[in-house]
Amino acid sequence: MEYSLNVPVPENELQKLRAGDVIRLTGTVYTARDAAHARFADMLGRGEPLPVPKGSCIYYAGPCPAAPGEVIGPCGPTTSKRMDAFMPAMLDYGVSQFIGKGPRAPFVYDAMRGRAVGFSATGGAGMLYASRITECELVAFPDLGAEAVYRLCVTDFPVVVTFDLSGVDLYSVHSGKRPVSTPAG
Amino acid sequence: MAVVFADIGRNVFIDGDLESAVNEGVRLAYTDGYLRKSVLDPITRVNTRDNTPAVLHVRFVPGDKLTLTAVPKGFGSENMSRLFMLSPSAGIEGIIGGIVTTVLDAGASACPPVVVGVGIGGTMEQAALLAKRQLLRPLGISAERGDLADIEREALRRINESGVGPMGLGGNTTALAVHVGALPTHIAGLPVAVNLQCHACRHASEEV
Repeated sequence: MEYSLNVPVPENELQKLRAGDVIRLTGTVYTARDAAHARFADMLGRGEPLPVPKGSCIYYAGPCPAAPGEVIGPCGPTTSKRMDAFMPAMLDYGVSQFIGKGPRAPFVYDAMRGRAVGFSATGGAGMLYASRITECELVAFPDLGAEAVYRLCVTDFPVVVTFDLSGVDLYSVHSGKRPVSTPAG
Repeated sequence: MAVVFADIGRNVFIDGDLESAVNEGVRLAYTDGYLRKSVLDPITRVNTRDNTPAVLHVRFVPGDKLTLTAVPKGFGSENMSRLFMLSPSAGIEGIIGGIVTTVLDAGASACPPVVVGVGIGGTMEQAALLAKRQLLRPLGISAERGDLADIEREALRRINESGVGPMGLGGNTTALAVHVGALPTHIAGLPVAVNLQCHACRHASEEV
């Protein structure tokens, strides 16, 4: 199915999403990748509020700097699984959706089942994604540069649902672990 | 990361510091060219702010020219690269198995369809560098050695039969090419390095 949705996707809409759906997201997402997640973990450990609202959609990305006249530089997704260690705490905080790329560890999927959906964007298509970003505001951790937290307004941001609330993981369907005609040595 | 290969003609005299010049070029490209500053200290994780230092590989070649090749290397694919120090008894099947296993284990994380650089032989670090050099070969050109071309063909066939597909979402194109290079190694060894490169396989050369 192909359709458009507001982001963050409201909780009552999350259950309608099915792994394999192609969606154009319009609304607000927050970037955070490796270093920002490490800081989130420290802040949560100290009981401090995070600079991203509960219920937000986190975009695992570190944008390139904007050239003059641009909103943002190329801004494609990074590998989701590097954020695996932080995910249970982020789910407990109230993150119910993320955009990244690639599969996640089984313990992450176990923690997400029934609570959160995973979107995947296309790696290497940073220019396309940048063209769908209409606003970019630095929200936290300016010292982290590309790894800082940015609030992005996105329009028709194309993603695929790769993990749905019922627990279907699209990547496991295409893991390549099915037998090939000559066994790998 | 900015990887730069410098092939220096034996008759070239460089008046100055090549490494500094390369780093200055990288600094300008990343600051003036609005590229992302992605390089940091591995322990403190403090960013160098200008994407230096570059990873510079120098070798001497015949002639009087200096050839510089710049390869911006993403780490989604670099992270999924592998080194196998195989036993010689593993043979051709072991080599192909290592290549295929690397690509399938990488799955969506390496941003398929990937280009696969393979370095066979030498020592640990030489195999890895040889694998990276294979990424510079234009797509559509097989290895000159027939036995290496056979490995390329068979590994590519098995990889694309896996069904991982573009971005790991299913399909018949998981790799665009497998490029294999080989160098003599020790009687006790069979190093196989597999360097993955995502489909955004960009590199440029300039002769000075």
